[in-house]
Amino acid sequence: MSDVKTQEHAAGEAAKDCDCKDSSRRAFFAKVGMGSLVVAAAGTGLFSYEYFSPNVLFESAPIIKAGKPDQFAAGTVTLDAQSGIYLINGVKGFYALGAICTHLGCLTAWKPELGTDGQIACPCHGSRFNRDGIKVAGPAPQPLPWLKVWLAEDGNLMVDRSTTLKEPEYVKV
Amino acid sequence: MSMATTIKSEFERLRNTEVWRTIFRSGSGASNLHRAQAVQQNIFLHLFSVKVRSRALEFSPTWYLGALTLSTFFILIATGILLMFYYHPSVPQAYADMKDLQFVVASGVFLRNLHRWSAHAMVFLVFAHMFKVFYRGAYRPPRQFNWVVGVFLLLLTLLLSYTGYLLPWDQLAFWAVTVGSNIAKAVPFMGKQIRFLMLGGNEVNANALLRFYVLHCVILPLAAILMVGVHFWRIRKDGGLYVPEKKKL
Repeated sequence: MSDVKTQEHAAGEAAKDCDCKDSSRRAFFAKVGMGSLVVAAAGTGLFSYEYFSPNVLFESAPIIKAGKPDQFAAGTVTLDAQSGIYLINGVKGFYALGAICTHLGCLTAWKPELGTDGQIACPCHGSRFNRDGIKVAGPAPQPLPWLKVWLAEDGNLMVDRSTTLKEPEYVKV
Repeated sequence: MSMATTIKSEFERLRNTEVWRTIFRSGSGASNLHRAQAVQQNIFLHLFSVKVRSRALEFSPTWYLGALTLSTFFILIATGILLMFYYHPSVPQAYADMKDLQFVVASGVFLRNLHRWSAHAMVFLVFAHMFKVFYRGAYRPPRQFNWVVGVFLLLLTLLLSYTGYLLPWDQLAFWAVTVGSNIAKAVPFMGKQIRFLMLGGNEVNANALLRFYVLHCVILPLAAILMVGVHFWRIRKDGGLYVPEKKKL
């Protein structure tokens, strides 16, 4: 009788030892499993981000051929709605402004009847700018950007929409 | 035998046929158990309680605003699927397809207007439903989780409205989404990336139209159906609709 009990006890202890070993091994594999799940989830997130970001875009190039200087009469502000720029033949020379409102991205329009000598007006939320791009009214947080302008060898005025100027620059022709 | 009783007994006979009983497992019978089983053993009805307080079915506790919201959602699914048969989400065709629906397709203008007005109604009803729940205090425990589910359903409703806004591809659609995506750009640190992912580019163009179409017709409706399922199931789990005791006069 006592033998049986001892045997049972021994078996129980052995089982307990075994459990400890098992659970440490189990814990290890559980950690490996969870770790690989975390890596897989992070990878899925990264791959999804990459997948949903197009690598090739069919959007217009940033550099625009605006036209010959004599197409723009002195003192005029000309909107190119397709490329979203103004080409202005000012007193000091030619310069270009971005025509996309700095508030929420609507296309602005040149309104010669506004102000003393015309204003650039946004139809969406009423922002207004003068011909130097400085805001005169409305919610726009920033002036319209000055864009890089140069005269190409073929005599056309070129505008780079991706390069904004910190200081005003004029192209004399 | 009068006509009504003839129809009734014929219906009773139908309910005891083998075909009927394989479809509706509960079979016929007028006991409360049979009535309960008719709800509990039907896949569409089993989300609901088998028993409700008659007070919960009255007008005043809910003004039926949740049920009305669900009705507009069903109308939107039905009309939306029909509109999809004529609409191509591509830049050259989207606007023309929308005009064709209005002037060429039989009943097209009716379906398009029904879709549009139901969408407006659904936004209004979701807000009305939330105000009703809020001012009655029906969001309180044990129903606080269902309130949170409802907030997600509000967001899904607004996102469905916003993505549907672009699809006519007219001036209003184009500039509304230009403005909306620029608002998303104002998110700190990752605003530019969010806008780029939303539009699939830097401007509202073919990629943006396709993305909004897939979101509007597949992803957001599936998410909404799933959440509506949870929302209705939780009504039962949380002890039915919130109905305060009638005050004794």
